[in-house]
This record gives sequence, structure tokens and C-alpha cells, in this order.
Amino acid sequence: MNTWIAVAATALGCYAVKLAGLLVPAGALERPLVKRLAALLPVALLAALTAQQTFADGRALVLDARAAGLAAAAVALVLRAPFLLVVAAAVLVTAGVRAMGG
Amino acid sequence: MTSAGSGLTLLQTCALSLLVFTGASQFALVGALAAGGNPLTAAAGAFFLGVRNTFYGLRLSQLLALPRGVRPLAAQWVIDETTAVALAQPTRRSARIGFTVTGVTLYVLWNLTTLLGALGAKALGDTDAWGLDAAGPAVFLALLAPMVKTTTERAVAAVAVLLGLGLLPVLPAGVPVLAAALAAPVVLYLEGRRRSGARDDARGVPDVRNAPDAREVPGEREVRDPTEAPEGREVAHVREEER
Repeated sequence: MNTWIAVAATALGCYAVKLAGLLVPAGALERPLVKRLAALLPVALLAALTAQQTFADGRALVLDARAAGLAAAAVALVLRAPFLLVVAAAVLVTAGVRAMGG
Repeated sequence: MTSAGSGLTLLQTCALSLLVFTGASQFALVGALAAGGNPLTAAAGAFFLGVRNTFYGLRLSQLLALPRGVRPLAAQWVIDETTAVALAQPTRRSARIGFTVTGVTLYVLWNLTTLLGALGAKALGDTDAWGLDAAGPAVFLALLAPMVKTTTERAVAAVAVLLGLGLLPVLPAGVPVLAAALAAPVVLYLEGRRRSGARDDARGVPDVRNAPDAREVPGEREVRDPTEAPEGREVAHVREEER
């Protein structure tokens, strides 16, 4: 039962925050500063998420095979490789480095 | 997968995926419950991880200009991936298509894999050995790349990375990413101060205006020249009607 309470609370909370962003009155978003801020926020969030998913192990920072994988993805991006190739490069290099004991 | 191993029933696991549909929050909730946490504390942690979706919603509501009735439905799909895909599109039409296709595809796949994972929790073995945990950051990096073209955007990304990693060991899960969002106002503020120093010699054209999204919202330009005013107003008006 407790688990159901947690599931329900999380579902409600997470839905509410998603909806909140969409429901902010459009007028409030017409101001140039707000607009620029809203455009930059996803950049900040995605950059932080990318870094965390690469270097975080729980709450500790680690340098492991994922970093090599991400570096491979970055190289693929610079070479203008298609999206799937970028992801494949990251996965393959990470698996390769791990297989070699990285 | 994870949740099946931590005492949630099949029904609870699937309900979590269907109703919450924000990967990070789901994992956080399951992890906290597995660690014997109080359900409301666990839910609070998951909630924090979900708060960033509000920021995505702010951006998406301008970009997609969804009709009011559709918003409660679309809200469930306001997550990292759909936002990134929608923002990468050149026009509103393709942004809407991108958002919808990504939303539907991910929703279906995510919930299918949850069901399969819960059914055969251990059959798959260690996905990490296959390097699949690197796919997530690689996808984010690929989506982020077209969004960081200007100096401002690069600065925001760099500051966000520093904040996100630097605060990780000291703040509870989910909070560092939110703190990293501060990179946007901080960089804008610093840029504004720098520009106000040089305002007299030019109607400074800050690099933000070269941002990919700048061209589709001409109304965004600060209207200083009176001849520009009607155009700006007209655009604002049209966008109002589209809603």
C-alpha cells in the first residue's frame, strides 16, 4: 500500500510540474528576456545531464569507459556523422574499453 | 527492470512507467523505496528530478503553440528527449511533428520495455557490459550540439556542466541539475552587464539573436526602432491567434 502512495504521489507531482510549464500564460513569455532565458534553460539542463550521465556513479564522480564513449560521440558529431552513428560510436567504444578492462 | 528487483509488483512497476513517465524520477523513486525509504520522502526526491520538465514546458509552449485543450495531454510527454528533438527542428510544424513522434514512440517503447523488463527481469543480464549506458549521454550530446552555436550558448553549457558535476557530491539527487539551470540566468546577467557598458556606440546585436530559434520569432527582437514596431506587433498578434 505504501508503495502505491509513493507511486501516486510521484505521478501527480511529476505531471503537475510538466503541465505547469505549458500553462504559463503566453503573455508572460513574450518579454524578450524571459524568452531568451527559456531558450537557454534547456541548453543548461541538457549539458548538465550529459555530464552527469557520463561522469556520475551515484553521487560520486568517476572517469570510466563512458567518458571514452562520449568522446567518441563528440568526434562523430564533429565529423557530422548521422545521429545513429553518433550513438553507436559511443556504445561500441564504451563496450570496447570495458572489454579491455577499462 | 530495476523496480522488479526492489519489491514493486508488476502492476506497480507498469503503473509507475505509465503515469510518471520521466525516467530519472522513476529510478529515483524505486531506488529510494528499495533502500527502505519512507514513501513520501522517496516521492519528494523523484519530484525534484521531475521539476526540470517545467523549464522544458516553458520553452515548448512558445515553440509548439499548442491549443489549450491539447496541453494537458501533451504535458505527459514533456521530457528531456521530446524537448531536445522539438528544439532541434527548424519550423513550428516540424517541431510539433518531432514532439509528437518522439512522445508517442518513447511512451510506447518505454512502457513496453518496462513490462518486458519486469517480466524477465534478469534474463537480459548486465546491459552495462554492452556499453548501453553510454547511449543516454551520447543522445543528449547529439541533441545538444546544434543548440550550442553562439558564445552565449557555449558559456551556458560550460557553466551548467561545472555546476552539475561540482554540486553532485554535495546535494541530493536531482537538485544539482536544477542548480545547473542557474547557468542560463547567470550568463545572461553577465552578458547584459557587459553589453550595457557598450550600449552607446551601437544598437548592439548580441549573439543570442543568431540562435537557431531567433529567426522564427521575429517578434522577439527588442523594438527600439519605431519603424520596426508594426512588424513586431503584427507577429505577436498572429501568434496570439494561432493559439
